Order: sequence, then structure tokens, then C-alpha cells
Amino acid sequence: MGLGSDMYRQQILDHYKNPRNYGELEDPDFTHVGENPSCGDTIRVDVALDDGGETIDTVRFSGDGCAISMASASMLSERLEGMTIEELHALETDDITEMLGVEISPMRVKCAVLGRQVTQDGAKIHRGELDPDRIEE
Amino acid sequence: MGVQEQYPFDVQAVRADFPILDRLVGGDPTTVGQDDSDDTPLVYLDNAATTHTPEPVVDAIANYYRGYNSNVHRGIHQLSQEASVAYERAHDTVADFIGAAGREEIVFTKNTTEALNLVAYAWGLEELGPGDNVVLSEMEHHASLVTWQQIGKKTGADVRFIEVTEDGTLDMADAAEKIDDDTEMVSVVHVSNTLGTVNPIRELADMAHDRDALIFADAAQSVPTRPVDVTDLDVDFLAFSGHKMCGPTGIGALYGREAILDAMSPYLYGGEMIRRVTYEESTWEDLPWKFEAGTPSIAQGIALAAAIEYMDDLGMERVQAHEELLAEYAYDRLTDLGSVEIYGPPGDERGGLVAFNVDGVHAHDLSSILNDYGVAVRAGDHCTQPLHGKLGIAASARASFYVYNTVEEVDALVDAVSDAYDLFA
Repeated sequence: MGLGSDMYRQQILDHYKNPRNYGELEDPDFTHVGENPSCGDTIRVDVALDDGGETIDTVRFSGDGCAISMASASMLSERLEGMTIEELHALETDDITEMLGVEISPMRVKCAVLGRQVTQDGAKIHRGELDPDRIEE
Repeated sequence: MGVQEQYPFDVQAVRADFPILDRLVGGDPTTVGQDDSDDTPLVYLDNAATTHTPEPVVDAIANYYRGYNSNVHRGIHQLSQEASVAYERAHDTVADFIGAAGREEIVFTKNTTEALNLVAYAWGLEELGPGDNVVLSEMEHHASLVTWQQIGKKTGADVRFIEVTEDGTLDMADAAEKIDDDTEMVSVVHVSNTLGTVNPIRELADMAHDRDALIFADAAQSVPTRPVDVTDLDVDFLAFSGHKMCGPTGIGALYGREAILDAMSPYLYGGEMIRRVTYEESTWEDLPWKFEAGTPSIAQGIALAAAIEYMDDLGMERVQAHEELLAEYAYDRLTDLGSVEIYGPPGDERGGLVAFNVDGVHAHDLSSILNDYGVAVRAGDHCTQPLHGKLGIAASARASFYVYNTVEEVDALVDAVSDAYDLFA
């Protein structure tokens, strides 16, 4: 058996079927929507900040996509609360695959990191560090 | 049992021509080629994307590079003459295969996409303008859809889409309305790469010609899978790709009526396509070379002819029968699972492919799980995003069959789909 079966361990399926922090915030400090054009997955992330905008207080995500992108966003949302913006930007692809605890096949890495990318892009746009019209796919 | 008895040819003998079908998969995909980490037999059902290459075609490529590799047309030395003869004859082989009058009606291109762009630029930019319209279908591949959409923007021509009905066929009453006196071009896919629908090209050609419009048939999924004759279809242009019919990538063909090609300006300029050049002026080579600027894909063109000979030996009626046999069997078995939604016409009225979704399982997850079983299918929008939007889905999985596929491979697909459903249920 290859990488595929390993990708769908119980933890992934659990977060896919029962996503944590799923929904939207009434008054977020920033909201961002991004998609993975290779599969059409879309994720929206709402973030409320604390500590003068330096720390993530509350996260809600919503969207439509495959088990890998949805489970990853769900698990990430739990980790983000209490994290500083600096720590958010330090999150790398390896951190996400480590968090997922399974080996992600090369063609699915974009699915796995979609939630992280959307949150990072949203935070940069919020601080005026990124032009929303110039986001790289 | 029983379905195998209806095979129109000896499928095991065909499989023996394709060594890749024996390889194992399942290991680390970042190490290219089979290694010790691979342990699962391959079930290759992604033929609408690309087909495998039989030994005679691999030999044709190797023989060219080992025996007579040389640039074509202008060389007087023997290797160049041998390469030129083989490359030019390949055009005759294609012409015979699709019922064209001769090589002057066959332009070699990189693929179907390039053939569509050639006509869109060389014909469309000259002939289209505000008030004109181009009629496509809602099931066009992006190769046709995006190309005409952008040419429409450049020229001011209106681009219209014949509606697809609930059962996945073209609404011909809508076609009769959309094709009107201002229509200059009707560009329609022959066999849909997503729905498997076989469109009535001859009927559409008659409707186009009644309005003095031209018709372009995107035959990427039809020439590889059934007998196609440009005279019977009465089309003005038709295009297909070599790699979807046992040939190599990088080579495809555009058929165009000689008089129309003759009146068109070149698409690409450069060497090989000119007759006389001064610092001020140039004149063009005869058809089809006028449209083949620069050094062409010589080995690939010669190998395309070898692929056509391979398919011709099998017989295109029998190829079609095999496609339909597997498509209907897959349609029926997937339908019996109860958890699968299939898009397009019924099993006995479609080309050799089945696009579907499984309840509760995203197409990408499904494809990953099938990959675990060694089953290669495509997952995504299959270059028909607007059609997927109309169907109300972001993606689908697609199994597509070819001459070497077996009933047992369809069974492997169905078993894996069933397990995927159970995993997510």
C-alpha cells in the first residue's frame, strides 16, 4: 500500500467529519478567502486578534474541499489560538505535515497547506504587507 | 464471466505490446520509475488524459534517432532525405486514416490545443469582427473554450454556447437558434472528455453550412477511439493529439479543407514555411508546410504514423466496440454501488469514459485512495470548469478506458471505490 491509505488515518477523518472551529466570526479583525486552483478547494478564515494585534485570539474557518485541506485547516485552527502573528508566519510546510502526522503525497501538499496559506496571506493583507491583487498561487 | 467473451480482439495480446502495464506502483512517487518500494499492480484508467505507447511506436522513435536522425526538407544528404520521406509520408498516413484528400490537408501541430489556436489566430483574427458570432457547446474543453473566448474579446465577435440538457446531450433546438446568419464558426467537441457524450457533428456541420459558417470538430477523444472520417462528418477543420492514441506527446494533427487552408495566412513565421525571402518580402511554402514553421517534431510525427498503423491493425470499429463494452460495464457496476453519481448519458450511449463522484468523498481523496489500490484515475475539473459549475460540482473523478484495459481492471476500480465509500461513511 502506498501513501494514500496512510493519509486517511483516523485523526484526519475525524477532523474532516467533525471540523473544529468551523464557522464565521461576527466581528473578525481580518477575513481572507483562498483557493487551491488544482482541485477547487476554497477556505475562508476569520481571525480575531488580541494583545494589540500581535496575538491570535479566536479563529473560525469555513469552506469546501477535500479531507486533507479541511482536516488540516481544522487542526491548524486549534493550534493558532494564542499564537503570535510572528509565529504564524514562521509556520512552514514541514510544520503542517508534522501536525497532520501522516505522510502527504507530493501532489496533495497544496491541499494540506491551504489553511495555513490563507491565514498567513490574510494576516499580511491586514498589516498592509501584501497587496491582495498580487497573491501568488 | 461472459463480458470478456465479447472482447473484439485478443486483449492479452495487446497488453503484451505495452510493458508499462506490468509495472508495480504504490511506493515513493518522488523516485521516478519502478523500485523496491513499489508493490501494487498498476490499473491504468487515465487514458482520456494520455494513453500508453506500444513497442512498435517506441521502436519507431528509437529507429529514427538511432538510424536516420536528421533535419527535414532542406538537406540533400541521405539522412535528411530519409527523414524527410518518413516525416512527409506520416502526413499521408494521417490523411488516409481520417479520410482527408491528401497531405496538403494535414498540418502537424504540437497537440489539439495548438491546432485550435492555429485556426483561431490564423483564421479567426482575420475573419471575425463585431456582429459576428462563434458557436461552441457548454461541454467544450478549455482548449476550445478559452481560445475562442479570447479571440472573441480581441475581435469583438460574440461567443455563444449550445446548452447541455439534463441527460448530458446537446440541446439541438438550442443549436438551431444559436447558429444563425451571423455565425462564422461552429467549434464543438466530438466526444466529451467529461460526459462521454458523442455529439452529432454531421448534423451540426449541416446547420453551420446552411448558414455559410465553418465547423471545427475537436476530435481529441474521438479519433483515438472510433472510426472518424472528415468527409462523412463534412467538417472544415478537425484536430486530435497523438498521445491519446498510442503515439508520443508533442505531436498532433490539424485537418483543414485545402481551399480554406490555402486562403489562410500563416500562424507562425520562420524557417521551413517559406519559399522566397528578401529583406522586404516573403512568400510561403505549399500546404501543409506553410503552417509548420521551424524544425518540426520529426520523430514524433513519424511515431504518430506508427501509432496509426498500430490502431489500424486493431481496427477502429473493434476499438470502438471495446471502448463501449468497458464503458457500459463500468457504468452499470458503479451505478449498482448506489453511492455513485455518474455524469452524462447512459452506459450504452457514451464513449469509453465515466466521470463520477462518490457520496461523501471528495474527488481528490477518492483519487488518492484509488491510487493506493494501484488504480490510476484523474480527479479534478478535466479542463471543463464551466461544465463542472453547471453540474454544481467542483471536481469529479474520471475513469477512461483504452484497448489494453480489461473487465478485471474495471472490477478493481469498483472494489476500490466501494472501499473508499466505506472509509468515509
